Amino acid sequence: MCGIIGFIDKTKSPMDGSKIKAALSLMNERGSGDGAGYVAYGIYPDYADCYALHVFFDNMAEPKTKVDEILHRWGTVVHQEEIPTVEQPGLKRVHIPWRYFFKPYDDMIGGKVGSEKDIIKHIVMEVNSSIDGALVFSSGKNMGVFKASGWPEDVANFYRIEDYKGYIWLAHNRYPTNSPGWWGGAHPFNLLDWSVVHNGEITSYGTNQRYVEGYGYKCTLLTDTEVVAYLFDLLGRQHELPTETVVKALAPPFWDEIDRMPPADEELYRAIRLTYGSALMNGPFAIVVASSEGIVGFTDRIKLRPLVVGENGDKLYISSEESAIRVIDPEVKNIRTPRAGEPIIGRFNA
Amino acid sequence: MSLGSIPPKYKVSIDRDQCMDCGRCIENCSYGTFRREGDKILIQSRKCTGCLRCVSMCPRDAISLTENPVDYRSHPLWSRDAREDIIKQARSGKIILAGMGNASNLPSIFDRLLLDACQVTNPSIDPLREPMELRTYIGKKPSRLEFKKTEAGDVELATKLAPNLKLETPIMIGHMSYGAVSLNAHLSMARAVSETGTFMGTGEGGLHRKLYPYQDNMIVQVASGRFGVNVDYLERGAAIEIKIGQGAKPGIGGHLPGEKVSAEVSRTRMIPLGSDAISPAPHHDIYSIEDLVQLVRSLKEATEWKKPVFVKIAAVHNVAAIAAGIARSSADAVVIDGSRGGTGAAPKVFRDHVGIPIEGAIASVDQKLREQGTRNEVSIIASGGIRNSADLAKSIALGADAVYIGTAALIAMGCRVCGNCYRGLCPWGIATQRQDLVDRLDPDQGARQVSNLIHAWTLELSELMGAAGINSIESMRGNRDRLRGYMLDEGILEVLDVKTAGA
Repeated sequence: MCGIIGFIDKTKSPMDGSKIKAALSLMNERGSGDGAGYVAYGIYPDYADCYALHVFFDNMAEPKTKVDEILHRWGTVVHQEEIPTVEQPGLKRVHIPWRYFFKPYDDMIGGKVGSEKDIIKHIVMEVNSSIDGALVFSSGKNMGVFKASGWPEDVANFYRIEDYKGYIWLAHNRYPTNSPGWWGGAHPFNLLDWSVVHNGEITSYGTNQRYVEGYGYKCTLLTDTEVVAYLFDLLGRQHELPTETVVKALAPPFWDEIDRMPPADEELYRAIRLTYGSALMNGPFAIVVASSEGIVGFTDRIKLRPLVVGENGDKLYISSEESAIRVIDPEVKNIRTPRAGEPIIGRFNA
Repeated sequence: MSLGSIPPKYKVSIDRDQCMDCGRCIENCSYGTFRREGDKILIQSRKCTGCLRCVSMCPRDAISLTENPVDYRSHPLWSRDAREDIIKQARSGKIILAGMGNASNLPSIFDRLLLDACQVTNPSIDPLREPMELRTYIGKKPSRLEFKKTEAGDVELATKLAPNLKLETPIMIGHMSYGAVSLNAHLSMARAVSETGTFMGTGEGGLHRKLYPYQDNMIVQVASGRFGVNVDYLERGAAIEIKIGQGAKPGIGGHLPGEKVSAEVSRTRMIPLGSDAISPAPHHDIYSIEDLVQLVRSLKEATEWKKPVFVKIAAVHNVAAIAAGIARSSADAVVIDGSRGGTGAAPKVFRDHVGIPIEGAIASVDQKLREQGTRNEVSIIASGGIRNSADLAKSIALGADAVYIGTAALIAMGCRVCGNCYRGLCPWGIATQRQDLVDRLDPDQGARQVSNLIHAWTLELSELMGAAGINSIESMRGNRDRLRGYMLDEGILEVLDVKTAGA
């Protein structure tokens, strides 16, 4: 099951988190109270040039000392603080959510580490695979993930989600099967700018995991969704593929369709499938991915999970349920259900 | 003191009440087990190879054949085989020859790997109602795509694709040469792969002119004897394979006995009539990996870089590192032949004791290529003891792109795995050049049977994938998450990178 929502305002006018909370809570039928989460873009304008690292600490002693050591090796912490939270009766606090605003040193770039973002990727992989009691769950600029085990309302109230104003929002109501009760297993999953909410189960996980691990990504979060974030980072950022092409690699057309295409398209899609066969995602899914440039929603190639799209002027909504969209925007227009594998893309106006 | 004879391996008997005295057993047995004396059919069990031709052809089901009970004093170490091998060698002073694949009693890893299926949390896919994609491309793939802007401002693909073979199903037939097998066997297999949209290997025996109509589905082989190789041969093949080694006998060459070198075989191989065709152990122009690079590139140069070049090696201990070297050689695919691979003739000590099983080899080669970032440089073709669609599915889940079958295709044509291929008397018309025996295999019928087999496995693979919620073979490849090991030790589970059942 699981319920998902994606929202973008193409003019970058921010919306606070209260409506997203209401919409996500409406889909409680799709969840089980074991996990919910939100991500918002544009929430840290004061630190817009820093990477906002959100970390779950089990305690403030050893794990934090180790994370601090790694961060000091690679750059400067401009500011850090505990993420403000309010205790909720229905939510058991098992981690301390912390945020760093971090700038990597330029002179650390070199060799395998080709950019600032490679430094951040390296830090995230190192912390998550080697430090017990610390988990980086958000690592982009001017954005942040807020998630925990619990019902959507409780998680939203815990993080005071209505206090954040973002021009992109993703949210996820979880019915877990792989790793219940584990905050790291709640969605959205994030790496750098990429955030992912996902309803489904990736039957090709083993293949996708082996593929991204060949490029230095480490799958540590005990669930299949994180691999989607890494696939977007690899194909979208490192291989510089346009978003449409990334979606066509992850959910490509069938060979029957490709065979009938005009020669140039046939060659393109054949090349995509030959090159990125290991990135193809199989099994039922509906996914919305956000980045600093916009959002994209798509389903598996035979659409085994629901996805609905609506628009209202510069606002684009993607969700598991039409009713959730209508809670945010009763005036929504052009409600439709996209075809299997069709990318629904929302970009900021130029 | 004489050694005396060893006991016959089989015991053949005729139910005389059932026998109608038609004599088909006498006609069919090319080994001379049956003969007529007066009005009676007599049996000489010692000559029987267990090929079951007589049993299959007897209209009255009157013939029974059993393995002759061991009449040695039982001993856990000194098995019947151990004792008989010594007796044979004491008599002959020679290497013991054996046919078909590894006959040692080691457990199969495939049998201890279990496939997965969907329940509740994700739906299985019904291949009868939903598309199921098994199409497989064999050859070099780019590791990433690059695009360029045209003058008109459109984005177009800048990456050029290397030539690949397009398979409609990830099952190919491996290299068994014309000479080792008959022309009718080759024709049967060639028609079957053309019909099913896949490929077969010629083996190191050249390409008979009767196979030219099927050349677009043939992979021509260049082995250490270079038999049958010229530029015309190379140009006819859809791909070229350099054979370095073979799973049944890693480290040694090949030997086609002169008895099998008939006029046609001699013409096709370009060797004298009746002469032994001996392929040396190494290629005499390959003494290191850089020499292999030269041969790969020479073959590509000769065919204008239009054909994929495969390199076939036996799965030996260091197979992963060797494959990694091959991945850097401009080759397009590496064929790994596991220790259970079949052959017409191999020294028994090699067949049963040299090399490693294919399962571990696929896993370590796939892993090494990924670590080195060269997995897209070459396809992995696995072979050596693939018996059914489950072995096929497991090979792919471990990381292979496709498999070669050999023995399975022979069985589809009638072979009963008696293991006497090197004697050239195959009563099924497969591993023989004697025309009256070859005529027993009707290429139309043989083709139907082999294509039925490929079709059946393809259907079963579709069902297995559908049950696992996968509708494209790419998502099965290297998906070790969908395998579990049962009664496999920790060491092998680690190499396979597979969890144990229940985990």
